[in-house]
Order: sequence, then C-alpha cells, then structure tokens
Amino acid sequence: MCTYNTEKIDVVGSGKGANGWFGLSQATVYFDHPVHAMAEHTLNIDFLNPAQGPSARVAVELSAESARALAAAIEAALASVPAALVS
Amino acid sequence: MSEALTAKTITMAGHRGDDVEAYLAVPDDEAGSRGSVVVIHHMPGYDSSTKEIVRKFAANGYAALMPNLYYRDAPGANPDDAAATARAKGGVPDERLVGDVAGAADHLRAHPGSNGKVGVIGYCSGGRQSFLAACRLQLDAAVDCYGAFIVNAPPEGMPLKAGPIIDLAKDLSCPLLGLFGADDKFPTTEETAELSKALDEAGKEHEFHTYEGAGHAFFSVNRVAYRPEAANDGWQKIWDFYGRYLAS
Repeated sequence: MCTYNTEKIDVVGSGKGANGWFGLSQATVYFDHPVHAMAEHTLNIDFLNPAQGPSARVAVELSAESARALAAAIEAALASVPAALVS
Repeated sequence: MSEALTAKTITMAGHRGDDVEAYLAVPDDEAGSRGSVVVIHHMPGYDSSTKEIVRKFAANGYAALMPNLYYRDAPGANPDDAAATARAKGGVPDERLVGDVAGAADHLRAHPGSNGKVGVIGYCSGGRQSFLAACRLQLDAAVDCYGAFIVNAPPEGMPLKAGPIIDLAKDLSCPLLGLFGADDKFPTTEETAELSKALDEAGKEHEFHTYEGAGHAFFSVNRVAYRPEAANDGWQKIWDFYGRYLAS
C-alpha cells in the first residue's frame, strides 16, 4: 500500500548527498514502498534540508528488522559514552 | 505494426495554464488516425519505469502523454527526491490533478494524427486519480490499476489529501476498466466490489478483474510486487479495452 504515514522531526547535523555535504534541518521516517530495496515495504528515512531543495536529501530504505536494530544501536552508542558528552 | 516510436520530454499547459513537464511518446507510423492515452504515474513518481509504460502505449499504436504531477513541488529534481517532497506534502491536490489531466488530454487531442479520442490510465495513487479524472472530465475510456481511497477514506492519521470519491460514480463520463490484486489491502476486494455496485446503480459501463495471487503494484516490473501472470493478462485486457473505445 501507499501508507503516507510519516513521522517528521527537526534535526541538527549534516548529511552527505549526491552533491556533497550539506546541513540537515529535518528527518522524515515512514514505512512504505521503497524505490530501490527489494521488498514490498521498507522503513524509509529521509534526512533533509528543504530550504536547499528536494535534492538535499540522504535516503535509506531498511527492512523492518534492520530498522529496529539500527534504532537499538543508536541508543546503545549514545548510552556507551559519558553523559556529559551527549547532554 | 512497426513498434517504431518517438519519445521526448515536453512542456505542456497544466492546471490553470501552469507549465508542466511531461513525457510524450508517439508512434512513428503515420497511417490513419490514432487514439491517445494520458498516463498517470504511481506515487513513487515520474520515474523511468513509468516512462517505459508511456513508450509501451506508443509501441502499441497510441499517442501517450504523462504529466509530471510533482513538477511544481520539485522542478528538475530526481524522481525519487521529487516523490519524497510530494509525499511530505500529502500528495497531489485533486483539483490540480484534474487540471493537469485536462491539459494533457487537450494536448493529445491537438496532436497531429489524433482521432480525438483520449483515454486515461493510472497506477497506485494514479488509479484513484484516473477514476477522478474520468468523473470530472469528458474522456473516452478510463483504466484504474489498484487505486485506493475511492471508496473508503485513508486510515486515521494518514496525512493524505485524498478522500473517498465514490459519490462521483454517477458522473463517470466513459467506460471504466478496473484491474486489482486479490491480496491488496488498499483497495480491498470489498472496496472494489462496492465501487462496482455503485457503478451498476448509476448505470455506468465498467469491467473489473481481480487477480488471485497478486497484490498492490503487480504491474511494476522492477519491484518484488511484480506478478507476470496478472500483469500479462492485465495488459491484454487494456489492449482489448482501449481497442474498443479509443481506436478509430
């Protein structure tokens, strides 16, 4: 299906897209048809800077299992460093 | 039929006269006059696989034109980036879609070799849009390939601008061919049966085919949803249908 369900968050950081590095301002997360991955649905994340146009985008398409593992790995990485560094 | 064709990107007048990028494919064979088809791309956008479908119509004797429905949202962007931008905005507004299809149909009617007949076909979100266009515009044949949210509203929380449009069934201007997958959840077989019933009640000519073992997007040759048996039969149904209503 075409879900259109989208989680949208503001982010601070940088991403590397087709034209090199750029500042990020937003990320969208949704479970829907992939463009490239060989699955009917994937967990898709777009890291964006809408002010720089549609091509300022870093995209990933992950299986649901991979996405959950990624979420856990992010939490684990953040938990493994001194709290003062990530506050 | 030689299957020789010419395909190119053009600028056409869309909704409210806006310049809209579009992909045009026309048979090289100049013999006689020909029918035309407006192709409405799927939600992933104005991509190479849908351009291949446009060329397929030309190889089979029809002039075909596909407006880039996301052109205003992301002019010049790659199709996947444009689709992501349009998606974040909740899809294409219905009024703009109808205006763009009207512009494409006018462009095709004015094209040399046109017999004046124009059909429409759409895939995925374009399936609903094909039905919408055929209810709002005077067309000659419409094909809906697994369009959802004609009968039921999108699930709560879905930021999609598209609402149910089954009440437009009474305004359908031309015969409708519906091609669906039995395993699809959007639309379900219950929804397509309800649409068929509404069309029966309105006295509107239509034929629906639902393929067992197929789900959403079974025509998409580059996706895992591809079901060759359903797609091959579906294409034959399309040629038969357009042959009846669009040929000279």
